[in-house]
Amino acid sequence: MSHRSSRRRMLVDYATTFGFIVPSLLGFVVFYLVPLVRGLCLSFTDWDLLGPAHFVGLANYYELLKDDQFWNSVLVTFEYVLWNIPIQTVIAMGLALIMRRLKSSSLLKGAFIVPWFLPNVVVALLALVILDPAIGILNEGIKALGFRPLGFLTTTQLAMPAIACVNTWKFMGYTALVLFAGLQAIPCEVDEAALIDGAEGWTAFFKITLPLLRPVLAFVLVTSVIGSFQVYDTVAVTTRGGPVNSTWVMNFFIFKNAFEEYRMGYSTAAAMFLFALLAGAGFAQVRLMRAGKAD
Amino acid sequence: MSYTDRASRSIPFILVIAVALVVTLFPVLWVVRMSFTPNKQILSSAGSLLPARATATNYARVFGLLDSATAIRLGGSAQKINFFRFLLNSLFVSSIVTVSQTLFSAAGAYAFARLRFPAREWLFGAYISALMVPSIVMIIPNFILMKDLGWLNTYMGIMAPALLMTPYSVFFLRQFFLGVNPELEEAARIDGANKLRVFLRIILPMSVASLVTLAVICFVGQWNDYMWPLIVGKDESVRMLTVALGVFRSQTPQGMPDWGGLMAGTTLAIIPTLALFLALGRRIVDSINFSGFR
Repeated sequence: MSHRSSRRRMLVDYATTFGFIVPSLLGFVVFYLVPLVRGLCLSFTDWDLLGPAHFVGLANYYELLKDDQFWNSVLVTFEYVLWNIPIQTVIAMGLALIMRRLKSSSLLKGAFIVPWFLPNVVVALLALVILDPAIGILNEGIKALGFRPLGFLTTTQLAMPAIACVNTWKFMGYTALVLFAGLQAIPCEVDEAALIDGAEGWTAFFKITLPLLRPVLAFVLVTSVIGSFQVYDTVAVTTRGGPVNSTWVMNFFIFKNAFEEYRMGYSTAAAMFLFALLAGAGFAQVRLMRAGKAD
Repeated sequence: MSYTDRASRSIPFILVIAVALVVTLFPVLWVVRMSFTPNKQILSSAGSLLPARATATNYARVFGLLDSATAIRLGGSAQKINFFRFLLNSLFVSSIVTVSQTLFSAAGAYAFARLRFPAREWLFGAYISALMVPSIVMIIPNFILMKDLGWLNTYMGIMAPALLMTPYSVFFLRQFFLGVNPELEEAARIDGANKLRVFLRIILPMSVASLVTLAVICFVGQWNDYMWPLIVGKDESVRMLTVALGVFRSQTPQGMPDWGGLMAGTTLAIIPTLALFLALGRRIVDSINFSGFR
């Protein structure tokens, strides 16, 4: 190959690479980067959605530091994430393994995923109906077994775990679907080879399947932790932050300040704090899981 | 795979599946049950498994077959909804967004997984950060942008933010492309295929399972999206089904939500997504057979 044509090929290569990246880059800049910068600017103002915005410096952030309601929401959100993520991931992993064994039945697979087809608001309304202490079917069952009915969404100790379980129910099938897609990409030969070498069930799972699944598992953990920190719909429909602030999660704090108190600046300042928290959590996970490499 | 067949017929395995199915499907059954229960009975007979007095009037209300007076008498609102129009809107918007987003995200994801270019890792980090921006930060500036472009109450306005990429889709496909065996690509490169050809002829066909999975996720996400279409697409001509179902949640003249209508509407609204999944489910499974993992 002559020097000239190899140089031409390099230019063509760069042009193609550019072509691959440009459409998504355009979407990223217009709909994510610019709004983020505008949001950051907004957090230094006292905008009330209607009148003009005035620059107030770091006042919103100072106020956040001293706002007990806000720090309570941070704590409550962590509680939610700690209930939601471990349960959801373990159940989803189990379902994904079941799906792999049920190779031929897409009907059964579909059955596990149905809850995820329901809109968030409907799931929340359904939780209200099923978990109601007086008329809910779950408490009818508890009463039939001879126990006293429980106020799942109305007692401070139970409300947060109950909401975590509702959302786990909604998202476990979807999470399993992603993990299953990852399992599908692992060649069957690897499993067979492991069996021939004498690795049994769980050993094979932890020593071979899980390491090969790491890029996809990293994806699932990062995205579900990010989603989990932003829980909103279920809380907004069922408990509205109560009882006694026990489910007053960060996104509820943010939306309430924005659309009920009309304090956009204060609300976006809290949103920026949430963003920083998520960025920290996300990148720590990517690091820990070395998400870029498959073993 | 004889060991798989044997394992899938063992009694503990079947028991686990049975429990998982009951937990998953019972609340869904509850949606269907409420959709056939008259509104007046919904809260009074909540303990029985089947509707106390089954009725199809909730569905008749959803399809707008009843006049306002009858609808109000049955616990609905006087406002009629144009169900099929909203169904078509949802199908149209969700299909276009799915195809376009999957394609452009795949191109970007391939660049991040395989191609070398300056600041690649840095840019990918920026995409991942975008995944973490709370939705409220984006909704208001994007709404103002749509207003300035004159795209409020148009299909374009509803679709625009999701048309080219979501950080989720790019991240998803990159992780799967990383798992594709690089030797095949190198062989093709040595044979003189350019990057575009490698992408179209090797990467895409080998990733059908993950592409279909992402397409399903994308479709369902768009189908169920509520906040954004509510803000930019209030007009009947572009209103999405989930937004339209909000009518049943708002207060009726009787002072409580129209439970029956909402659940009937929901039941109808999940049929298309469920059908799509069942149609493509086999593809997610089978595509692996020809994808060349040898």
